[in-house]
Amino acid sequence: MSPIAKVMKYELSDVMRSRWLVAYTLFFVVVTDGLLRFTAGGANAEMALLNVVLVVIPLVSIVFGTMHLYNAREFTEVLLAQPIGRRQLFAGLYLGLALPLSLGFAVGVGVPFALHGLDDRSQVTTLATLLGIGIVLTLSFTGLAFALALRLDDRAKGLGAAIAIWLLATVLYDGLVLVVGSMFAAYPLERPLIALMMLNPVDLGRVLLLLQLDVSALMGYTGASLKSFVGTVEGITLATTALLLWAVAPPLLAAHLFRRKDF
Amino acid sequence: MIALDPLLVIDGLAKQFGAMPVLQGIDLSLERGRVTAILGPNGAGKTTLIKSILGLTRPDRGIVRLDGRALGEDPRLRATMGYMPQIARFPENLTGAELMALLADLRGDALIDRELVDRLRLGAELAKPLRTLSGGTRQKVNAVLAFLFSPQLLILDEPTAGLDPIASGVLKDKIREETARGKTFLLASHVMTELEELANDVVFLLDGTVRFSGSLHDLKLRTRQVNLERAVAQLMREGEAA
Repeated sequence: MSPIAKVMKYELSDVMRSRWLVAYTLFFVVVTDGLLRFTAGGANAEMALLNVVLVVIPLVSIVFGTMHLYNAREFTEVLLAQPIGRRQLFAGLYLGLALPLSLGFAVGVGVPFALHGLDDRSQVTTLATLLGIGIVLTLSFTGLAFALALRLDDRAKGLGAAIAIWLLATVLYDGLVLVVGSMFAAYPLERPLIALMMLNPVDLGRVLLLLQLDVSALMGYTGASLKSFVGTVEGITLATTALLLWAVAPPLLAAHLFRRKDF
Repeated sequence: MIALDPLLVIDGLAKQFGAMPVLQGIDLSLERGRVTAILGPNGAGKTTLIKSILGLTRPDRGIVRLDGRALGEDPRLRATMGYMPQIARFPENLTGAELMALLADLRGDALIDRELVDRLRLGAELAKPLRTLSGGTRQKVNAVLAFLFSPQLLILDEPTAGLDPIASGVLKDKIREETARGKTFLLASHVMTELEELANDVVFLLDGTVRFSGSLHDLKLRTRQVNLERAVAQLMREGEAA
């Protein structure tokens, strides 16, 4: 077994026993099951679930991730004093948290869908996309959380910054797009808006799923820009690529900070 | 002090946090089979020095050699060191036994020295999640972890803080026995009587520089004081006057 797998194994057994993770999984079970019961069909439930996923996953990943690393600070120092490289230690610590969070979400959403059954093939694709978006957001925001906790030694500052980033990506972002849109209404805004979208994985996730479902009415300003400017298929490709970059970039940044940090 | 066969040699170690110099060219050597106490007022650089030896903090300049090999990028050299941090906080949901298994796994070593587990009567506690243990019991686990792999150099930061008198006595006996077996200790503590009991050598840090390094006996001779506490107080007064 590689050192990464060893660290991960123990981190996993710690995180998997955490009540938070159980609560997180149950939350998705209850919400998904409820939506499947009270909406007309699977597709509607998926749409409604998207909005929950886009808000809850970034919040839980960034807050839980930041607190987790602060709480593990002393033990991380013990691990750093062992004969193991920092690169490997970081990978073990990060994956040991990001994987159970991803798994908790996927199981929480997957089980109710499996029990209720899916109506047709297109719903399977949509569900797979939804799960993919949720996992990318988990990887991304857990990475951001680690980067924050490594950069800021003060817990209160770290947690504050985590919540600020979450607010910016989920709540303030929409207002920002509207402000930009109305201020520069006289100009061609497609390119700047698409650029703005690339900077926000939450918006990318929303646009990707809605492009796939082809419901332009719900796509918002940035999504509509993308669709009219590059077309549906190209839009999906572009959004997917950008999302995958968002899954990888924050953990790589955190790994860089971890390697250079003075503990 | 003539270094005959030092285990650890530190050469010109310097570290600065932002604009604040914390270590300003530390030269030091630790003799084999001896206990060295590291002393100094708060902010003198003790923690940074310990963390630089362990590789937790990366020095700006200078080099740390263990057994003649430079401790730098190669993490494998840390296999011969054991560390007992000041604060014992562990993953909450793991048990002590799992923690020991993790470290054994990471080092690819067998658990060589479980003696302290028995002497500290930790057997039953090791099966419980660490979050349910009292602070003192966690500190015992902390001590056990440092000794587990029978390392050549043990770095203990306030080792007896939070331990009851029996456990503290067990730990001190263990330190003496291991020293007799040729192990080397670096000890940071604020309990002067404890250091007086255990230490052979003393390093006194002030403002990131070594102000005194030598045997406990030499320190008392030089400061003309009868015990360590007074000798250190004398060194601190000299430091203020300078």
